[in-house]
Amino acid sequence: MTAAPRSPLRPALMLSLVGCAILLVPILNRLVPEGSALHLEDRFVPLFGKYLAYAVLAVSLDLIWGRAGILSLGHGAFFALGGYAMGMYLMRQIGPRGVYAHPVLPDFMVFLNWQELPWYWYGFDRFWFAMIMVVLVPGTLAFLFGWFAFRSRVSGVYFSIITQALTFALMLAFFRNEMGFGGNNGLTDFKDILGFPITAPDTRLALYLATGLLLLLALVVAIHLRRSPLGRLLVAIRDGEARARFLGHDTLKAKLFVWTLSAVLAGLAGALYVPQVGIINPSEFSPAASIEIAIWVAVGGRDTILGPVVGSLLVNGMKTWLTGAAPELWLFVLGGLFVLVTLVLPDGLVGIGRALARRFKTGSSAAPIEAGPGPMEAARG
Amino acid sequence: MAEAARTVSGGTILEPHILLYLDGVTVSFDGFKALNSLSLVLEEGELRTIIGPNGAGKTTMMDVITGKTRPDAGTVLFKGGIDLLRLDETAIARLGIGRKFQRPTVFDRLTVAENLELAMQGGWSLTRLIAGRLDVEGREQVERTLEIVGLSALRHELAGRLSHGQRQWLEIGMLLVQNPRLILLDEPVAGMSDAETAKTAELILRLKGAHTIVVVEHDMHFVRELGAKVTVLHEGRVLAEGPVEAVQSDPAVIEVYLGRS
Repeated sequence: MTAAPRSPLRPALMLSLVGCAILLVPILNRLVPEGSALHLEDRFVPLFGKYLAYAVLAVSLDLIWGRAGILSLGHGAFFALGGYAMGMYLMRQIGPRGVYAHPVLPDFMVFLNWQELPWYWYGFDRFWFAMIMVVLVPGTLAFLFGWFAFRSRVSGVYFSIITQALTFALMLAFFRNEMGFGGNNGLTDFKDILGFPITAPDTRLALYLATGLLLLLALVVAIHLRRSPLGRLLVAIRDGEARARFLGHDTLKAKLFVWTLSAVLAGLAGALYVPQVGIINPSEFSPAASIEIAIWVAVGGRDTILGPVVGSLLVNGMKTWLTGAAPELWLFVLGGLFVLVTLVLPDGLVGIGRALARRFKTGSSAAPIEAGPGPMEAARG
Repeated sequence: MAEAARTVSGGTILEPHILLYLDGVTVSFDGFKALNSLSLVLEEGELRTIIGPNGAGKTTMMDVITGKTRPDAGTVLFKGGIDLLRLDETAIARLGIGRKFQRPTVFDRLTVAENLELAMQGGWSLTRLIAGRLDVEGREQVERTLEIVGLSALRHELAGRLSHGQRQWLEIGMLLVQNPRLILLDEPVAGMSDAETAKTAELILRLKGAHTIVVVEHDMHFVRELGAKVTVLHEGRVLAEGPVEAVQSDPAVIEVYLGRS
């Protein structure tokens, strides 16, 4: 009864819109005959699947950054951990089909002259166990990290910086061969998933659809969170945590919950990303990769539900095209995009859309107060 | 103070009609005595204004009551004999002592009604915050409060778009929905226009009786409008206490306070 009509797009409409967009790929791939100009070749299906996984990752970052104003510049770490858990399952599925044909040990372990499987690889031959780890590993790390950080009242840029340190430390660790995660090369050469050949068109389409489903689920979570009392508390925390505490709210618990939820979602995105791109290596932990996620969200529009999806698709589409057409330009474009959005588009592309819609509806100009804080302003907290 | 509190074995208990009891409260900062053996007794349902020149200890007194500052000596008891000095800020807030600061701190990016709901949900568990919503009773209370503070028509407006006065009223509303037993208002009309000041006085007078209210104020016109019992603080202690007219004609008060301003 008190939900102000702020967003011109209703959630149901928004979800069906995203759902239809997701279905476009299977339709163009399967229903449009080959030879037609609109036909989508099989090799593009995992590319779009990758985009969807990135979109989930962006939605997960927006849960914590857009709503609660906590900028994580280490979300790639949770994504990569989920990816590694899935990668370990896929490695164990290879079995004796590896180059060295060892019945149990993955190739890189044979190459390193390891005699037996490290204990932390046990169980990963089972899908259900790997799936539990996909949730548990990023979730537990986020919970512990968040607990220490939030309890010590680390916030703003300081929090962002230690998240960078977290992902950087993990990258260095995963680069080491002794860690037992394939070092520099990571995990690759996957053969099949749940018994289906991983490069078969049907498997790829199924993986794509699973990622689409996860995206819809993530959006439902984001929409519900936004409308729940917790969502409002997060806005209050973003704009004045001490005051929210004074009203009797346990802000530590609220932040910790959303932070952990966000990390779990990022891990799930990583788990679906890996079988579609066929590799997971330590570069996913690189600080730059995590910063890119924040750029997707900023470009699309923070705290706008649809913004992160739009932003991640657009920036990654551009990246695919530009790194092919003019690779030396890409980093400049990415940096320029971030500066531009920060300076002139505090609500990103969705913010422009909203302002236009409002002007169209009422004939009046957009109210300045509805523009959220610029990304850096919010990071300062 | 003998009629307000009595000592029994194991502690001090308050007479039933007493809500707040301060005795001999002393706070010093680097040798400067912000409060110097301050004593104050508030009755249930009372409206009390506290005046005094800058540095008289008004804000420090509020800080002591809400647990922000610990006194060096003295007794602070709440309803029945609860020792506030043993509780932290959160626990004191949960007892029902609400404070409105000088600077309004409503949440600009939430609507007026959302601000009130957020205040009501203080203390809710995480699961309730995720899955729950306000019940009928809660919604009715929001409506009632909107009416009391005169913001019913603006319920869907973002708080950031309210005028200075409206923000202050919203904040008083946020205190009210928490059903406080004691409301502390720190300079509620600072920066308000005359019309807004008059409206605020009206609002406070409407709350009188149902709530116990302490108003700290500089504006003598406003204090007269409230027409309540006045306590004058000076150099950390009570200089005079009584009806507005009596206090205003007290030579000691004129000397230290009215004379200066």
